Amino acid sequence: MSWLKRLLPKVSGSNKKAIPDGLWVQCSGCSATLYRAEVERNLFVCTKCQYHMRLSARQRLDYFLDEEGREELGAGVTAVDHLKFKDSKKYKDRLTQAQKKTNETEALIVMAGQVKAQPLVAAAFEFSFIGGSMSAAVGERFAIAAEYALRKGCPFVCFATSGGARMQESLFSLFQMGKSAAVLSRLAKAKLPFISVLTDPTMGGVSASFATLGDIILAEPKALIGFSGPRVIEQTIRQTLPEGFQRSEFLLKHGAIDNIVHRRDLKDTIANMLSMLMHAK
Amino acid sequence: MSLDYLDFEQPIMMLDEKINELKRVGVDTDVNVSEEIVRLKEKLETLTRDVFSKLTAAEIVKLARHPKRPYTKDYADRLCTDFQELHGDRHKDQGQEIYSGLARLEEQVVMVIGHQKGRTTAEKVRRNFGMASPEAFRKALRLMKLAERFDIPVVTFIDTPGAYPGITAEECNQSEAIARNLLEMAQLTVPIVCCVIGEGCSGGALALGVGDRTLMLQYAYYSVISPEGCASILWKSADKAAIAAEALNLTSDRLLSLGLIDTIVPEPLGGAHRDPDLMAATLKEHIIRELAELSIMDKTELVNARYARWLSYGSPDRS
Repeated sequence: MSWLKRLLPKVSGSNKKAIPDGLWVQCSGCSATLYRAEVERNLFVCTKCQYHMRLSARQRLDYFLDEEGREELGAGVTAVDHLKFKDSKKYKDRLTQAQKKTNETEALIVMAGQVKAQPLVAAAFEFSFIGGSMSAAVGERFAIAAEYALRKGCPFVCFATSGGARMQESLFSLFQMGKSAAVLSRLAKAKLPFISVLTDPTMGGVSASFATLGDIILAEPKALIGFSGPRVIEQTIRQTLPEGFQRSEFLLKHGAIDNIVHRRDLKDTIANMLSMLMHAK
Repeated sequence: MSLDYLDFEQPIMMLDEKINELKRVGVDTDVNVSEEIVRLKEKLETLTRDVFSKLTAAEIVKLARHPKRPYTKDYADRLCTDFQELHGDRHKDQGQEIYSGLARLEEQVVMVIGHQKGRTTAEKVRRNFGMASPEAFRKALRLMKLAERFDIPVVTFIDTPGAYPGITAEECNQSEAIARNLLEMAQLTVPIVCCVIGEGCSGGALALGVGDRTLMLQYAYYSVISPEGCASILWKSADKAAIAAEALNLTSDRLLSLGLIDTIVPEPLGGAHRDPDLMAATLKEHIIRELAELSIMDKTELVNARYARWLSYGSPDRS
């Protein structure tokens, strides 16, 4: 047993969702120990149980966009500590820490590019950056993406992975919900498709704004998606929640999303849908 | 202890009780107490002014939640004539957590839509403590679209601890109900004046909050999350709610200086519940003034200005 133990990766309980570096990866879905290279080839989907592990924003965009013609947008827009917010830590320090940890400057990465040679703009959330929460800078980057689509007459695809609003920016954060919805109203008027892809998790202020405003809404399997967190609901109604509550399959059953798509099929599916939606352009 | 008074109002309550006692003595005996009463009343006013001049954010949150605070219906009754209540999302539910209808505000016809809390236990339950279901938000949207078709401005009253967190709410897609309101309000072609009258908490508040003007009563609060919710997540303890309230900058004066609201509507001494008629009259003046300003804009101008306003929040470079 001892040699086997040495080979197995050390996965701490609290951090089991992040993908640890090293040769081996443990699946959070079925606890199987998997060979990292093989999982990577499978787009970080468990080869045993098809559990979809969380991707970084860059991995996500890398899998989605064609290699040619990528251009990052809005990278210069970074978080501002409007309120000098401080809880157990200063917000400023949290930002610095998140930037160090992720090597990103905010929780949303926007890239113009192509998918199967169709021009579009894509955005993806970085969950490791303060839970992918929506700051004013995230809202601004989202608006920059939508405005790019408006200018170029191209579709906009957004991959959501977010705990919701960024509390440290209080009402500035709440108002980004209005801002992102407003900018999508312009996209709708211009008859440009907005495709929203919901990945694990998509909650709160993100779920209750642009993420559920897709002309087409897709979700990865078993992603947690909802307005209120399950714990808040449990505390409010004092009942245990049914199995599978707020998972993609639950949303599909209740009519909230168009379809559930396996990660390996996302690019093809979206490219196909876009080519049909854009047929008249 | 009278339930009318909050903990920080104890000195006010004691003085008020003393005055009442003195009044009783004056009635029961021949002793002339009127001079003393006048003196004490002056003292009471000075004391109240003093207490209310240095309220903490947490105390303002308590005032915003005061059980006697006027709710949407209290204002609608005082502000409007010919109120015709309109119910239902046309699909599933009456949506009583939101009170809404057509009415006249002086000569101007308006669509009034506001979160409604309950006064009695039975009404509290019926109104779900002002926590709107997706059906109530969809009713609100239906009525906004109705208002748009007939060129009627929309006046919203915001007073909610948040959108309802429940199983059926999630099944009926609470997220989408809120999001849809945001999008449709952003492009509605009639003026929208939003008034935060009590609790403006989270997405449930914003679902009636995307408009051309945001008015806020002096002792209302407006925040991304309740101070208790924020404290339990960021401080890992709901006991830190008072600190969280301060940090969240949720009071009207802070939000005005941050450029996130347009106008503070001053409250009567001691808060809106001390004189609902006066409060309603002040609010009415403000709403009429804002509507008059907005009514001179044509539709494109109006929607473009609203768009620019919402795009600029948090991005000062845009404004």
